[in-house]
Amino acid sequence: MLQVSQAAPPAAFEPDTGEHSLLEMLRDGNEQGFALLVEKYHGAMVRLARAYVREPALAEEVVQEAWLGVLRGLAGFEGRSSLRTWVFRIVVNRARTTARREARSLSFTDAFGDAAENREPLFDPGSFQHPLAPGHWTEPVKAWGRSPEDQVLEAEALAAVETAVEALPPVQRAVITLRDIEGWDAAETCNALGLSEVHQRVLLHRARTRVRRALERYFDRDGA
Amino acid sequence: MNPLNELTCLELVDLVTEYFEGALAVAQRARFEAHLEQCRHCRRYVEQLRRTISTLGELKAEEIPRHVRDELLKTFRGWKRRG
Repeated sequence: MLQVSQAAPPAAFEPDTGEHSLLEMLRDGNEQGFALLVEKYHGAMVRLARAYVREPALAEEVVQEAWLGVLRGLAGFEGRSSLRTWVFRIVVNRARTTARREARSLSFTDAFGDAAENREPLFDPGSFQHPLAPGHWTEPVKAWGRSPEDQVLEAEALAAVETAVEALPPVQRAVITLRDIEGWDAAETCNALGLSEVHQRVLLHRARTRVRRALERYFDRDGA
Repeated sequence: MNPLNELTCLELVDLVTEYFEGALAVAQRARFEAHLEQCRHCRRYVEQLRRTISTLGELKAEEIPRHVRDELLKTFRGWKRRG
């Protein structure tokens, strides 16, 4: 058995190994196939789990459980979604269960749900009350200073963005993680997170608006 | 264009994600772009959002710690044996 699986062609180990061949490898019990899948997705899975679960060690646990779930479910996986979507859906399900338990133990009343997602306004009140033109910017939108090529600045901007993402409500954080950090398209994101297209877009909008605000504050403080 | 039909900045910032996603109806898209053309603040805002999105894309996933990877591969071997 082992011999057969290790005889897979070298091309199959390229980083861009297609989902189909990965799936075949996994079903054959090919360890390198599994290692490849782990390399490819583990980091993003942890990132996604952290959207729901506060305690980093718990999020790690969620992902390890999810991997077990992947192995157990492999035989029954019918390919109705992509392998990636299916794997990440398993992460989301485990993360939600764990987050609920975590919320109870820390007595958060509203771990996630629409209320948590929509509590805060996206702009300060008064942002669009230009005296001569109501509904227009009250204050000019300030430029963000120096070029994106400035390496130190860029590292700090990245840190500011990371912090802003961490402060988002769970589902917004999950959406922006898949869409903008991982670069998924809308359809797959909806599929993995179980959201309608419109809801996904609303959450993405809120998340991006908030992260931009955080960068604005960063540049404002920095570049004044 | 009929001035009553023009977007305000407030409306524009609300529509920007739909604009990026290609989800605006043709007429609404035209109003969006007409506003952008004449409002440098909104142009700057939209530009900043694009930069926000590209900065998000630069966040790296943490690399998987060696021991976690090894543990997972061990799990895999166990799964295969039971398989």
